[in-house]
Amino acid sequence: MVKEKEVQQITEVTVRFAGDSGDGMQLTGSQFSETTAIFGNDLSTLPDYPAEIRAPIGTVYGVSGFQLHFSSADIHTPGDRPDVLVAMNPAAIKKNIGELKPGAMIIANTDSFDKKNLQLAKYETNPLEDNSLIGYEVYPVPIAHLTSKALEGTKLSPKEVSRCKNFFALGLMYWLYDRPLEPTQKWIHDKFKNKPEFIEANEKALIAGYNYGENTEIFTTRYNVEPAKLPKGIYRSISGNEATALGFLAASVKSGLPLFLGSYPITPASEILQYLSYYKNFGVKTLQAEDEIAGITSAIGAAYAGNLALTTTSGPGLALKTEAIGLAVMTELPLVIVDVQRGGPSTGLPTKTEQADLLQAVYGRNGESPVAVVAASTPSDCFNMALEAARIAIKFMTPVILLTDGYLGNGSEPWNVPHVKDLPEIPVKFRTEKEGFAPYLRDENLARPWVKPGTPGLEHRVGGLEKANITGNVSYDPDNHDLMIKLREKKVKGIAKDIPLLDIDGDQSGELLVLGWGGTYGAIKEAVIKVREAGYKVSQAHLRYLNPFPSNTEKVLKSFKKILIPEINLGQLAKIIRSEYLIPVEQFNVVRGLPFRVSDIENKIIEMLGGSSNG
Amino acid sequence: MGDNGKEIKEIKLTAKDFASDQDVRWCPGCGDYSILAQVQRSFPDMIGVKKENIVWISGIGCSSRFPYYMDTYGYHTIHGRAPAIATGVKVAMPDLSVWVAAGDGDLLSIGGNHFIHACRKNIDLKILLFNNRIYGLTKGQYSPTSEKGKKTKTSPYGSVDNPFNPAALALGSDATFVGRALDGDAKHLQAMIKRVAEHKGAAFLEIFQNCVIFNDGAFDKLTDKKTRDDNVLYLEHGKPMIFGINKNKGIVLENGKPAVVEIGEGKRRVEDLIVHDENDESFLIATMLAHMTDNPNMPTPVGVFRQVSRPTLDGEIEDQIEQVKKMKKEGDLEKVLFSGNTWSVN
Repeated sequence: MVKEKEVQQITEVTVRFAGDSGDGMQLTGSQFSETTAIFGNDLSTLPDYPAEIRAPIGTVYGVSGFQLHFSSADIHTPGDRPDVLVAMNPAAIKKNIGELKPGAMIIANTDSFDKKNLQLAKYETNPLEDNSLIGYEVYPVPIAHLTSKALEGTKLSPKEVSRCKNFFALGLMYWLYDRPLEPTQKWIHDKFKNKPEFIEANEKALIAGYNYGENTEIFTTRYNVEPAKLPKGIYRSISGNEATALGFLAASVKSGLPLFLGSYPITPASEILQYLSYYKNFGVKTLQAEDEIAGITSAIGAAYAGNLALTTTSGPGLALKTEAIGLAVMTELPLVIVDVQRGGPSTGLPTKTEQADLLQAVYGRNGESPVAVVAASTPSDCFNMALEAARIAIKFMTPVILLTDGYLGNGSEPWNVPHVKDLPEIPVKFRTEKEGFAPYLRDENLARPWVKPGTPGLEHRVGGLEKANITGNVSYDPDNHDLMIKLREKKVKGIAKDIPLLDIDGDQSGELLVLGWGGTYGAIKEAVIKVREAGYKVSQAHLRYLNPFPSNTEKVLKSFKKILIPEINLGQLAKIIRSEYLIPVEQFNVVRGLPFRVSDIENKIIEMLGGSSNG
Repeated sequence: MGDNGKEIKEIKLTAKDFASDQDVRWCPGCGDYSILAQVQRSFPDMIGVKKENIVWISGIGCSSRFPYYMDTYGYHTIHGRAPAIATGVKVAMPDLSVWVAAGDGDLLSIGGNHFIHACRKNIDLKILLFNNRIYGLTKGQYSPTSEKGKKTKTSPYGSVDNPFNPAALALGSDATFVGRALDGDAKHLQAMIKRVAEHKGAAFLEIFQNCVIFNDGAFDKLTDKKTRDDNVLYLEHGKPMIFGINKNKGIVLENGKPAVVEIGEGKRRVEDLIVHDENDESFLIATMLAHMTDNPNMPTPVGVFRQVSRPTLDGEIEDQIEQVKKMKKEGDLEKVLFSGNTWSVN
């Protein structure tokens, strides 16, 4: 007779699933996230995996992890340090032990702690037995053994049985945190529609894991994290890459323009191409190009032919697209370039996050080559900023670079889904009147007319050679060049009057403003909240428009004695702010290929406020 | 865009209608003038294509100025990328007639990747290669089609690079139309341009073009009235491969290899010669013809090497969209946004 288990209420928890690249940890993590989202918690995720698809089994560098932070309150980051580690092998412990909270719970698959795996993880003795994990709450569970016992009598091969063990682990975690099994059961049924033997096996493993928690003596406590009090609405869990794809789909619907995506697969941006290739029934044309350059140049061709044109890439791909962006600047065509930033330079850290392409986006081209640059701040914000990028590109006839990053792209959070009728309209005007037409005439926004080839009477030529003002003919005239350089710059600067002002969260003036941009929003937000709870006064502002900046940016910055700019690079926004406004700013830079730790930013803020605590 | 049912009698355009108001700025005597003239003369005969539906895309180089001189839509882009930009134009607006003007450096060196993929994907593009076997705009460096041993500014001791054979490359890349013409043979060039215009799919026409400044006379052997008949093999579909000033030479296949033979009394018969079949699905004869170029014992073939029919990428993209629309119904954004596992917070 199993005694009644204690249920403990907690407000938040950070869980990390870790195992071999082939252990299905990303699937386990995303299933847990999906269920947790449906359950009603606020959550934030951090998939963290190696660039190798199936790195050698058992090695530390082959460990794939999925971290998830969920809560009954509003949260903004995937969590600094896990409270719980589910370790499928010794390497998973080796790799993650340093990251865990003191006293963290470790659920270990004891079956894989054999001599070979211990050696592969460079353990001389078994950490589950040598007291090296004292101070942690260790739960040894023979997951592989229990899974194969649960699946006795199924038609699966031993190898296939072994592949089900992640569902056992998932079932156990569902029990531990009192989550429903149904969403995952439904997923299993959909996924293996035509393979009843896999449905049976995976479902059995899932339920066996759940029942194991219920029946075993090892676990005496389960935890309850109440649903969060999120604003009213209909929610779904969404990753940044999917939100980006949906944002452009929405932009296509709202503008009435067919969407064209020219792209070459690159981590971590390929998913956007994958998602959009599904929406053929919206008339979306996706072209998997022969290389990065053909990705953008085919998009330029599509923009020239009147489509909403898009190219998607990551850092090294943006470098390859550089020259073509210049052509889009010179020929003033609407084009959106998405850079899902990853660790650099060169191939760098393909599966890790970074913010080090800002200077490349703003300045990285030959000649004076201004483009608009915007950045998403959270996974779901990718949807808004994709729409914004498309809107600006069309209205101002300019290339726009949308910066997201690996963390935003792969990470997910609950999204209060907007209704189509509430999304902004994107008006489009193609020039058709012959009377008074010239290719480089400008409207009140300095945008030139957009003409679709096929329009009778408006046949004209454009190109990458300097254009004569208004006529667009080739011109080598010195004064015309000076004029055109300044006109193009003025046009892009003019976007500032068309974007929202920079908001300050907290006091509108004071001692310290923490200024961020892009994917660090959540970490900065949470740090600021914690520092305020400790009695300090600090304000936050977050830039989503990087070129041009919102028109009140200087005023905001000058309202504070000190400015702190945390960035996952060596101070790229800090450089731009200094050069633009001659304002001294303090940098905070950690470039580990991972999101900021909230505590690191907290410490930095407190250090800067040293002695000015009100608490 | 329909023509709202009205019967409008179209006035036939002339070559002049295709000339833009820009001054042509090629060197006097450049072969590009002839190509421009033959294009402008051929275009009024393009059936069913309205002037406003013609787009010229180019990259960088002397020949890439071409779009500026045509009174059609035109886009002078960046080095090597014309086929990729043209691909985007064609996929976005499949009703357009999209033409690419490119030099040998542009199309085969910096743009080689885009070229082979445009051929393989069979995008409905008309690609004219202005092959002068030299870099002209940068003033005389060897190009990817320059003969080995050629002395240029960057190969003062003779080039050690093995050149591309553009027709063979296009065939190897599965282009559905591969042809060749000479800038100096206006009539034949016009005929070839019309054939390119009529083809549906990736059409590649190599035009031997004389650079009067940096590689003058490169094709004299093929264009000079005195020598051309003995050195050029005009390919004609369904006809035996005959050439020579007295029409007394021909091409036979011997032991799987091409050979030049004399025809006439006591010599080989016309019936022994290879009969040209443009539509031959196999690449055998077409590739053999491409490789006869620059063989001192062989005539240089011009005309259509190969023309076959295959679905175009732009057409396939359109068809797939229609199929998916039928299968999944026209896209409903509201439905997509609210799809997946959703939950309600009240």
